[in-house]
Amino acid sequence: MARNWEEFLVEKVLLLAAISSIIIILLIIGFVIQQGLPAMEQVGPLNFIFGMDWSPSYDIYGVFPMIVGSLGMMALALLFAVPLSIFGAIFLAEVAPKTMRRILKPTIQTLAGIPSVIYGFFGLIVLVPFMRIHFGGSGFSMLTASIILTVMVLPTILSISEDALRSIPLEYKEASLALGATHWQTIKNVIFPAALPGIVTGIILGMGRAIGETMAVIMVAGNTPIIPGSILEPARALTSNIALEMGYALGLHYNALFATGIVLLMMIIVLLVITNYINYKRKVTVGGGYL
Amino acid sequence: MISMPRIISPHHAQKIMNVVLWGVGLLAIVILIIIIGYILWNGLPQFSLEFIFGNPVGSGESGGIWPMIVSTFYVTFIALIVATPLGVLAAIWLAEYAGESTLVKAIRFAAETLASIPSIVFGLFGLTFFVVFLQMGFSVLSGGLTLALMAIPTILRTAEVSIEAVPQSYKEGSLALGASKWQTIYRVVIPAAIPGITTGIILGMARAIEETAAILYTVGAALAIPMSIWDPARPLPLHLYILATEGVSLPNAYGTAAVLVLIILIITISTNYLVEKYTKKMMGR
Repeated sequence: MARNWEEFLVEKVLLLAAISSIIIILLIIGFVIQQGLPAMEQVGPLNFIFGMDWSPSYDIYGVFPMIVGSLGMMALALLFAVPLSIFGAIFLAEVAPKTMRRILKPTIQTLAGIPSVIYGFFGLIVLVPFMRIHFGGSGFSMLTASIILTVMVLPTILSISEDALRSIPLEYKEASLALGATHWQTIKNVIFPAALPGIVTGIILGMGRAIGETMAVIMVAGNTPIIPGSILEPARALTSNIALEMGYALGLHYNALFATGIVLLMMIIVLLVITNYINYKRKVTVGGGYL
Repeated sequence: MISMPRIISPHHAQKIMNVVLWGVGLLAIVILIIIIGYILWNGLPQFSLEFIFGNPVGSGESGGIWPMIVSTFYVTFIALIVATPLGVLAAIWLAEYAGESTLVKAIRFAAETLASIPSIVFGLFGLTFFVVFLQMGFSVLSGGLTLALMAIPTILRTAEVSIEAVPQSYKEGSLALGASKWQTIYRVVIPAAIPGITTGIILGMARAIEETAAILYTVGAALAIPMSIWDPARPLPLHLYILATEGVSLPNAYGTAAVLVLIILIITISTNYLVEKYTKKMMGR
């Protein structure tokens, strides 16, 4: 009898630990919304999101320039990172000899593990002066931030794409090769299309990482809260907006920074829902089509 | 339908793509070497007993970083003490008890969301919840707990994968001997999954050590060694951020960056070692 009680108790304790994730996420969303809502209400949600002017000293709060900054840096970083990651993943999964894989895998892992302040510091000390000399201006710009972000999201997209490429059944590849296709034709026309849903998932996770990055962006982007006229001008991301001003924000300003957090949260949740949808669809097609 | 004229023959395309793919692979290695090499090249010469074990002078213009090393250790320790049991126990439940219910889907989605929430949002939450609402103030405790929330999904996911990888036959053997479900998990499944669980804990540790944005407004920025969990502190990444952006001291920033890079390198190498050992063991049976 005691045994049964123990089993019962253990299961409940484990369940409680599992549920803690839900509790934490609800607490985070609840508290951030509770602190951010006053600003949203006072400024008006539309004025807050689409407002072009951010001047806390006049109690004017519009985050549109920061939304443009975040999305712009993300888009630019993906423009560089997506082709690099996909080629890198194809290399790892299909072409690289064993020794090369043994070097490259830990390399990618280490790139993923380097702290974001280190990326920011490296950007500040090396990349910003380099951009200043070769492209003019202050060197702090959207482009500079996107280059750093490229290196930061590369490991995410690359490793997920590699997994996706590797999970393609060997029969697909053999059939294509047997028909006389070259290895590259097989990769391009058979393996890559079959792995595409997984690769897209990787790209979306990379997007999330780029939008969520704070420290590296803050140190190289220049942080002016204005929509940049070109990619060589400074810009401010949503994350940086919070980190830069939270130190001295009071009253409505404090709430407006939490409201910026709400905008960030919404973006991330949209991305998550999309990845889940893709994963769901993929399961259905693979299950129905192949097995 | 007009087919595209073939400008490049398939065999040429093959050769060109081989060069491109090798180029990208090598590029990743070159980037890593440049970043790590640059930091270590400039940072290692700053190392001395005084730098590692000394107290900072002024706001870090000179002197050492010992209080920052201690602070990093404290916040990471608190984060792991909280996140390890939560993450591992949740992983056991998900891998061994959970079926395919709505609750399980909700838990997975929550863990996934937790893993992708930007660190600055964790910082906001830590500020309003731990620092203000629970009145913990800017302290080692507030910072450590905020980091714990970030480490949970990392530990959970890695632990779950490694528990699921334990061969079914192990469990069946134990159950056939009359062991109960929990006895089986406790005596058979967990010991077999320990290397994977350890890897998860180390990865969670790495996340806590390197994180800056989440502790920016939860841990304070005191330069002294924290005497209790209620004291403010300044972990290494935060120190580096302040040194670099406020232009306090470039040499000390290099030194601090090198310490951080070395810690992360050691962690990456040891996890790789663990994973390799683990896969060998599993393949051997």
